[in-house]
Amino acid sequence: MTRFLLRRSVQALFVLLALAAVLYAVFYLAPGDPARLACGPKCSVAQVQQVRTQMGLDDPVYAQFWHFLRGIVAGHTYSTGTGALHCPAPCLGQSYRTGELVTSIVGEKLPATASLALGAMVLWLIIGVGTGLVSALRRGGIVERLLTAFTLVGVATPVFITGILLLLVFCAWLQWLPYPSYVPLTDDPQQWAWNLLLPWLALALVEAAKYARLTRSSLLETLAEDHIRTFRAYGVGERAIVRRHALRGALAPVIALSALDLGTIFGGALLTETLFGIPGLGQQLVQSVQLKDLPVIVGIVLVMGLAVVVANALADVLYALADRRVVLR
Amino acid sequence: MAAVEAGTGATAPVPASGARQIWRRLRTRRAAMAGGAVVLLLALAAVGAPLLAAIEGQDTTTYHANLVDSAAGGVPLGHLGGISGSHWLGVEPGTGRDLFARLVYGARVSLGIALAATALQVVIGVALGLAAGLGTRWVDSLLSRITDVFVVMPALILAIALLAVVPGGFPRPVLLALVLGLLAWGGFAKIVRAQVLTLKSLDYVAASRLAGSSPWRTARREMLPALVAPVLTYAAVTLPTNIVSEAGLSFLGIGVVPPTPSWGQMLSSATTWYQADTSYVVIPALMVFVTVLAFTVLAEGIRTALDPRAAARLRVGTKAGSRAGAAAMDAEKESGAMGARKASDAVPGTRARTDARTDSGPDTRSDSRHQDAGGEGA
Repeated sequence: MTRFLLRRSVQALFVLLALAAVLYAVFYLAPGDPARLACGPKCSVAQVQQVRTQMGLDDPVYAQFWHFLRGIVAGHTYSTGTGALHCPAPCLGQSYRTGELVTSIVGEKLPATASLALGAMVLWLIIGVGTGLVSALRRGGIVERLLTAFTLVGVATPVFITGILLLLVFCAWLQWLPYPSYVPLTDDPQQWAWNLLLPWLALALVEAAKYARLTRSSLLETLAEDHIRTFRAYGVGERAIVRRHALRGALAPVIALSALDLGTIFGGALLTETLFGIPGLGQQLVQSVQLKDLPVIVGIVLVMGLAVVVANALADVLYALADRRVVLR
Repeated sequence: MAAVEAGTGATAPVPASGARQIWRRLRTRRAAMAGGAVVLLLALAAVGAPLLAAIEGQDTTTYHANLVDSAAGGVPLGHLGGISGSHWLGVEPGTGRDLFARLVYGARVSLGIALAATALQVVIGVALGLAAGLGTRWVDSLLSRITDVFVVMPALILAIALLAVVPGGFPRPVLLALVLGLLAWGGFAKIVRAQVLTLKSLDYVAASRLAGSSPWRTARREMLPALVAPVLTYAAVTLPTNIVSEAGLSFLGIGVVPPTPSWGQMLSSATTWYQADTSYVVIPALMVFVTVLAFTVLAEGIRTALDPRAAARLRVGTKAGSRAGAAAMDAEKESGAMGARKASDAVPGTRARTDARTDSGPDTRSDSRHQDAGGEGA
């Protein structure tokens, strides 16, 4: 297990490094002058040149990249003209637009994204695993037939379409829910949940279809395995078999996949956040892209990449913990 | 080695049964045929967009200020977003541009981007997969690592970052196709590599080499034909994913931008109007939904037609599927996420888990992952 974790960490580091290098190369080879962007349209040529020197943009690209990497490990101190701004260890740079540290922007936006991702996961697990179990245990029943339709629809509906339709039905027509506006959990838990209900639902409905299908097939396959047949031969009741023996093996892939998906959504539910106006990482990324605020883009993409890579490794570990037959290597 | 782990990889090479037999199998599947009919219709509409717009007598860019209620903020006059004999699907709020024309021209853009992106993914994936499978150990491990990076990389996020830096003058639809194509070829490369590794061990390929063919000739004559089925199947699954990705990026306002119409672009501008003009949002939403559904059903049919054995094993709960061994392998495929292998089919090997995930070939549910890439902003 330790070796596995070590191997995966090295691999993850490699992927993130590659990601950073690609982003860096693209941004700094692409046309457009970062110094001009940072300084704003009113700057004179001399001022732009000063900013360029200050930002280290006169250095060769590899030196800049090295500088950027060193900032992540060792921190960085910026001179702001009048004073110095210290950026502690995992330093991802400074916004061109506002001068804010990228790390503090990420920290500011993370709670909203986390609220969205975790809540949605709880919902999709309840809906997805529930339907999946029922349809596997009552084969040929109405739930199973509905599930087939539900899965197809779920697969064919991107989340932004589900989201718009939910807004249309619940906010515009029925007027059961307010138009969502994000309220932090620490301010008012009830309002937090109430306002996040639709975004959660939009994400969960899309995901639940996938989970229902996975749960169903996984449980059916586990029930067809030899050791389950042995339990049956010993006269163990069907209920006990499902509850005590089959579920564990059957839910292993479900657990692992949810870790994976959580990572993906944590890494930015861009569409959901944009549609519902949730001030999370995804929305910030889209806004920064429109403003061409490169350090913020690079920083957020790296954080998102980290979430995905960590989730990948986590998925493997959870899978091994849930299904003891799995050997990690 | 990885090919053996792939499970189906070992059995997948379909005997070259010819297009006719595949067509015969496909024809018996009613859902697939319905999906295919819809796809055909959409393709015709996309190709014939100028003709259809001409029949309606409208174009995509003309403003009709007289058809929107400027006092009410630009909501179209009349029922259902201004649907009438001369504007079959109504007009765009605010500008009064004709929606039917924008929709059929949008089909051109949306489907064109998806098709071009898929083609690019196939070309890159097949080339790198072949090179990895046929090359020396060193080449293989280098290419495999690169592929791993592209598989793990959150494609949509990177696409957004890339779209941000390319100057505005570059034609957006071309750019989108390029970005999607260059980023999301990892699955193809993995499938092809796994397949090539299997093929390499087969007698007829060895025979070709012994008969004195060059590696290149062997690749072209003996391997490429056997790659058609898995690649085609995976392409059929990938195409709707690309449609969704385009729609998603355009929805975020960084893909196709007005005045060029695309379904994602229409949805994007519709989000500000959905309360006042419902039909404006429902029409493109329905288009995306129907298109993706049709492609998905068709892809499922193609998969079954190309490789009935694998499809039968995947159909859970049937007699064929309940054999423990096959079921265990399929469970992994169905889960699509597992790299850690069950001990029961552990094969000596040290490949990274990503291999196990995508190597399992066209019948993985790894599309679920890709679906994420576009479906939710991944």
